[in-house]
Amino acid sequence: MRVSDNDMCELIAFTIGDQEFCVEVMAVREIRGWTPATPLPHSPGYVRGVINLRGVVLPVMDMSLRLGMEPTDPSERHVIIVIQIGKQFVGLLVDSVSDILTVPATDIQPPPDVSKEMDRDFVQGIIPIEGRMVCLIQLNALFGSIESEAA
Amino acid sequence: MKKKVLTVDDSRTIRNMLLVTLTNAGFETVQAEDGIEGLEVLEESNPDVIVTDINMPRLDGFGFIEGVRQNERFRAIPILVLTTESDAEKKNRAREAGATGWIVKPFDPSKLIAAIERVTA
Amino acid sequence: MDMNEIKEIFFQECEEQLAELESGLLRINDGDSDPETVNAVFRAVHSIKGGAGAFGLDELVAFAHVFETTLDCVRSNKLQTSSDLLKVMLKSADVLADLTAASRDGGSIDKSRTSVLVKELEAFAKGTPLPVAAPAAEPAKQEAPAAAAPEPAEDSGFQPVPFSFDDFGDEDDAASPVEAGGGGRSVFTVRFKPRSDLYAKGNEAVLLLRDLAKVGDLQVRCETDTLPPIDQLDPEGAYFSWLIRVETDKDEDAIRHVFEFAEWDCMFEVTPGADEEAFAAQTVLGEDQPMAPVPFDLSMLDDEPAMPVAAAEPAVVVSMPAPAVAEPAANPAEDAPLAPPSLPRAEKAIAAEAEKKDATVAAVPAAPQTIRVDLDRVDRLINLVGELVINQAMLAQSVVENETGGSSAINLGLEELQQLTREIQDSVMAIRAQPVKPVFQRMGRIVREIADMTGKNVRLVTEGENTEVDKTVIDKLAEPLTHMIRNAVDHGLETPEKRLALGKNAEGVLRLTAKHRSGRIVIEIADDGAGINRERVRSKAIENGLIAPDSNLSDEEIDNLIFHPGFSTAEKLSDISGRGVGMDVVKRSIQQLGGRISITSKPGKGSVFTMSLPLTLAVLDGMVVTVANQTLVVPLTAIVETLQPEKKDIHAFGPTQRLIAIRDTFCPLIDVGHILNFRPDLANPIDGVALLVESEGGGQRALMVDAIQGQRQVVIKSLEANYTNVPGIAAATILGDGRVALILDVDAVVTASRGHALSSEMTLSATG
Repeated sequence: MRVSDNDMCELIAFTIGDQEFCVEVMAVREIRGWTPATPLPHSPGYVRGVINLRGVVLPVMDMSLRLGMEPTDPSERHVIIVIQIGKQFVGLLVDSVSDILTVPATDIQPPPDVSKEMDRDFVQGIIPIEGRMVCLIQLNALFGSIESEAA
Repeated sequence: MKKKVLTVDDSRTIRNMLLVTLTNAGFETVQAEDGIEGLEVLEESNPDVIVTDINMPRLDGFGFIEGVRQNERFRAIPILVLTTESDAEKKNRAREAGATGWIVKPFDPSKLIAAIERVTA
Repeated sequence: MDMNEIKEIFFQECEEQLAELESGLLRINDGDSDPETVNAVFRAVHSIKGGAGAFGLDELVAFAHVFETTLDCVRSNKLQTSSDLLKVMLKSADVLADLTAASRDGGSIDKSRTSVLVKELEAFAKGTPLPVAAPAAEPAKQEAPAAAAPEPAEDSGFQPVPFSFDDFGDEDDAASPVEAGGGGRSVFTVRFKPRSDLYAKGNEAVLLLRDLAKVGDLQVRCETDTLPPIDQLDPEGAYFSWLIRVETDKDEDAIRHVFEFAEWDCMFEVTPGADEEAFAAQTVLGEDQPMAPVPFDLSMLDDEPAMPVAAAEPAVVVSMPAPAVAEPAANPAEDAPLAPPSLPRAEKAIAAEAEKKDATVAAVPAAPQTIRVDLDRVDRLINLVGELVINQAMLAQSVVENETGGSSAINLGLEELQQLTREIQDSVMAIRAQPVKPVFQRMGRIVREIADMTGKNVRLVTEGENTEVDKTVIDKLAEPLTHMIRNAVDHGLETPEKRLALGKNAEGVLRLTAKHRSGRIVIEIADDGAGINRERVRSKAIENGLIAPDSNLSDEEIDNLIFHPGFSTAEKLSDISGRGVGMDVVKRSIQQLGGRISITSKPGKGSVFTMSLPLTLAVLDGMVVTVANQTLVVPLTAIVETLQPEKKDIHAFGPTQRLIAIRDTFCPLIDVGHILNFRPDLANPIDGVALLVESEGGGQRALMVDAIQGQRQVVIKSLEANYTNVPGIAAATILGDGRVALILDVDAVVTASRGHALSSEMTLSATG
């Protein structure tokens, strides 16, 4: 590879319906299969509840619902991507993990200026890969909004 | 052979300071928290010189010094009194009890060492 | 160990000393006349001063010094204790605590308060009839007592000498603090005649001479005239004197300083200039044995490098045996007067050799009874034990599910495992358990401050301060406790005039009690004040729309209205219990600890705040229930009883409310599944189970759940760690099946349900 490592981004790509998204690999702690979550009262709909991750009470977010799409009907084939931001852990419920990508940072394009709020808040950029389009999720936005909505 | 110093002081802070100062200066150090323990440790550790506080629970410095002097084995051991008391009365009492000399708290490491060296061969 | 670590130790020690100081003063205030109590109080201040000096904490030293001086007067019976004096001393203890905190954490303190106290303390110290009362009342008084020989400057005052391990200067520097003015060399004549006392105190003439040799060049002559014949010789007597010529670039003080320790036990004289005449006189040792001049060779005394001595002056006579004569243990019959100078040391060396075995063991100081452990380590351990408890439960469950339970060996093992796990858990929890004493002690000061501000006379009585509770609970206790105490003094107690008019003692009593009761810690704050003015509380509540004008409330219910959000009985907002904080905030913070609070009051007699808290925030005993297909845990301590409602007991009350008849009372029903939004419709009470709960201020409520699964101890897991506070939910736990179950916040649920009844704006989400 002729580009230096500094300019490369390592990403984990996952699918929701027929769309593809990705998050930075550094933020991912682990990927595990779906287990039924304990619902939390009075929480936003996209918060599926909490699961036991080896003694840690982990909130799980339905990414599909979070991104303004249909709620997920989770089965054993669905996966939870465990993300760490700062000291907090959160699980992202997605359909499946599709790829591990290494792309030059320069390939990440700013999200197009569309009116849907979702794009602005949660999409950090879009990456074209062999004719596919992968949205890079802005993780901080996911966290920040939990706090403010529930508080 | 390293000289051994017995320090008797109820303050953890001062004990630690003494320990560090004396260790840095190449002394071996044994410690006690009050006069009673001081007399016990004395018997066991056979120090070359004693540095003691005055104000201590159970047995104060005056009592401790008298106790040391009554002990045939230690009646000639140098005893330095480490105290903030600088007035003549306290010094006098310490001397009457048998103190060899005194160091005024807050002590300066070099002066402590100088005082110890002054009274030990 | 470095300076920062020692400083850390110092501040830890200060905390202990400050606690000791305050409790001692309070004991004295209560009439304790044991001299040891005063001594302990004195030592506490003294220790703080000593340590503070070493770190150059000048302000702390200065104040501690004034305080100590006054305490010293008390200690030596030069000053009688009085309630006025104790008031000043208790305030001084508070200021000392402030100064310590400011020294540790930075920040400033109220200087005017300090200086007022300094004046008061000094006045007490001076105002005694005995002239010797305050030997050091004025820190400015630096000069040495006139009778004593000059002392080095650092010896007489209390200026802190900042302590640093880099401070090791060269020895000459240490031994001679005063430089000679002109820089030229001057000559002094020193006459030195030890008394036997000098040797008895562990000083040695020969060591003094060695030290003197560090000051300048010496010519030494030993005078042996007074040496008696051997048969008359007292082995512990002192017979020799010395005449010494010192040539030095230092001054007279440097010479005196050498004899600092010895000056009271010898004849000692320094005169400027040389006394050639005296040196010229021949001295005879014994009958006819003139001593040949011997250079004073220090290497004979020890293994240090020889100091520059007067080797160039052959006329000087040095008598080596002299010190030996005076050495207490020398044997005159065989060795005197020519015994080696340090025989007793040699003996000691032999003794040391003989005891070497013992000594190597004994050199280690006595092992301390406690160790300090990083709190993180304990918490890690507690977490692990929590995991162990969960795992053990999961294991037990899978054994049941797989029906391997038929094997009694497995069952037995499992039982033992359960027992052990529980024991480990208890032991680990005990590590974190601490007495409430420090918090209680802090309250003494709060009481004093507020009593001062309100002009009330208050005595704080504490009981059960050794009651232990988890450290987290203790840490979080101070704030609500402070607020309640302020409230009790400010609103509860009457002014002294009013009390006297009512036939009460002018001094109000505040009783702070801690005790263990059924697995919880119960803390009570009782005052003997006026009690709650129910009329006023009631009208205020009506005014604020908290209750209907015609509502029929019991006395208890009225009293507990003060915990309602937005309620404040204070007619004017005082800056004491005001501060924009009401009792509802206190209640909230106690609830967050899994605790409850309530008040009982008797008009004219006073009020009692009672709060009960879990002993630990790590585990709780819970009832595991099912609600709308979800598993919930209800803290067992909240449950008064469980009952199976029958149709005839249920009564509709308005459009949505239902009451359940329990014996002769009607108790509101709360559908937990509905209030938590787990189901849209109200469940039929007769299909479920009612948990009768007692909540603070709300009286009893019946919580409707679908079924009871059983009781068990659960490990509390925070929801906030990875998520956020959830209304109606106190925390989470992990059950035997590995799934997360939520722990119900009973009070929040009750408050929410009552909110509906009391005010339309009060919904559950508003409490979150």
